[in-house]
Amino acid sequence: MNLLRLTATEALRRLADRELSSAELTGAYLEQMERCEGDISAYLHTDAEASRKAAAAVDASPGGGTLAGLPTAIKDVLCTRGIPTTCGSRMLEGFIPVYTATCVSRMEDAGIVSLGKTNMDEFAMGSSTENSAYGTTRNPWDTQRVPGGSSGGSAAAVAAGEALWALGTDTGGSIRQPASFCGVVGLKPTYGAVSRYGLVAFASSFDQVGPVTRSVRDAALMLRHLVGKDPLDSTSVEHPEAIADPVDRDLSGLRLGVVSELAGEGIEAGVNEVFREALARLQAAGAELGEASLPHVEYCIPAYYILAPAEASANLARFDGVRYGHRASGAGDVTEMYELTRSEGFGDEVKRRIMLGTYALSSGYYDAYYGQAQKVRSLVVGDFRAAFADYDLLLSPTTPTTAFRIGEKVDDPLSMYMSDVCTTPANLAGLPAISIPAGLSQGLPVGLQLFGPAFSENLLLQAAHSAESVLGFQAASPLVEELD
Amino acid sequence: MVDHEDVRYVARLARLRLEPHELDRYAEQLSSILKHINKISELDLEGTEPMSHVLDLTNVLREDEVHDSLDSEEALANGPDVEDGAFRVPPIIGE
Repeated sequence: MNLLRLTATEALRRLADRELSSAELTGAYLEQMERCEGDISAYLHTDAEASRKAAAAVDASPGGGTLAGLPTAIKDVLCTRGIPTTCGSRMLEGFIPVYTATCVSRMEDAGIVSLGKTNMDEFAMGSSTENSAYGTTRNPWDTQRVPGGSSGGSAAAVAAGEALWALGTDTGGSIRQPASFCGVVGLKPTYGAVSRYGLVAFASSFDQVGPVTRSVRDAALMLRHLVGKDPLDSTSVEHPEAIADPVDRDLSGLRLGVVSELAGEGIEAGVNEVFREALARLQAAGAELGEASLPHVEYCIPAYYILAPAEASANLARFDGVRYGHRASGAGDVTEMYELTRSEGFGDEVKRRIMLGTYALSSGYYDAYYGQAQKVRSLVVGDFRAAFADYDLLLSPTTPTTAFRIGEKVDDPLSMYMSDVCTTPANLAGLPAISIPAGLSQGLPVGLQLFGPAFSENLLLQAAHSAESVLGFQAASPLVEELD
Repeated sequence: MVDHEDVRYVARLARLRLEPHELDRYAEQLSSILKHINKISELDLEGTEPMSHVLDLTNVLREDEVHDSLDSEEALANGPDVEDGAFRVPPIIGE
């Protein structure tokens, strides 16, 4: 049996029934990492010995936590005490956090086995993982292509059978877009549902931690362990509902609105074909489909690329060479030290966004850019509110194209930004959204995105679970399939 | 739209030092990004409330109780230059 195809839910059952040990399961993943990392480069930091020991400890004391023994990958933007955390940046080379992110410690308390820290665009700024200072992660479906980003390492690890599941973060689509490119499930929870403590901040009013998994049930399982108010993050809130395990049922009675602005023009023909086929199947399974409109969606990319860089320019001011991370040598005074440190430590895209954000916040431009973008944010919230008066959930493709070629967009930042067109609306409005694999276009995965109202994760996960079984996407990346 | 002078000014505000050859590239890229971003100026948003945060949260308070926190050794552990329980930096005020 191919252990690398197991879902976390199924692995957990087998572990509980003693059909499988964590040592066997973790061993299978470590073996696959050894086999594939040379091609994929999903990880920035691994410690096979520590992973084996953790798995053996779980096997030695049965009845541990509710996730005991599950081999898990962690995006390198999440602080892990005693374990390097670089955010894909030279700035944090050698940084060893002295505390652990709340989302990670909740998973650890439940007994996960960590496989390591995954690669990402520097400080989560990017849509391809090409902005990592430590090299590009490759897509397990086609190693000439990007895995998406910024959680590209996490998505590639799950798709390549190098992790059972993974933690990612999503600021403008950084969980859903790579999940779509790699043929896995990715959920961005409602803003505030999951603590951001220990998540190295990019854009604080957008950032959310969430699951990258092989099934919707797995996403629900992980989310159940992540949610909850954390005294260490004052923007976190108690989720109004306990996160339920989705059940097997059809889609009858569910009103699904297809976002017309995100489902026609600008979407690659092959993606559109898979999307239309998926809609037909959902309808056949009882869903009531209609056309929904988000009239201001064309302003989402402009608003997002003002607000997120503006927040980033403030958040990344902390990297000044004083308390942690890189410090340039040879500076005569402290200002020169700041400038040299930041110029040496940050990569091109991070500098670009810091300058963009600084420009948008600078004297004389503040109202025209930052103020105006904050008002656009209100309009987008209003658009969603109106659409949810008619529909339970909204649908769109997750991305306008399938995974693009490495190097294709790297010199054209604007065209890279446009690949977030379907995902940023959920971040601007703080809403939950999930991407599930809908099919293949020319051998590459296409994702279906479902949006829900704030704190509607149970409804969203239930619908996504039903949709998943209707769509019947069974394919695994060649790296996993060849082991069947 | 964005010229060398603007790039130099913004880089200085952000405490970034750019090489002369980088000015052209950043001026060109920031101009093309801003050209797209300027789309939001076509909206008349007089009377629309700006939104700074999606959750309706104000004044999140907690009891004023003492909790464990990092000790100074841990807080200084990642400092690039540490001396006598403090971070050392180059001179702040010139001679």
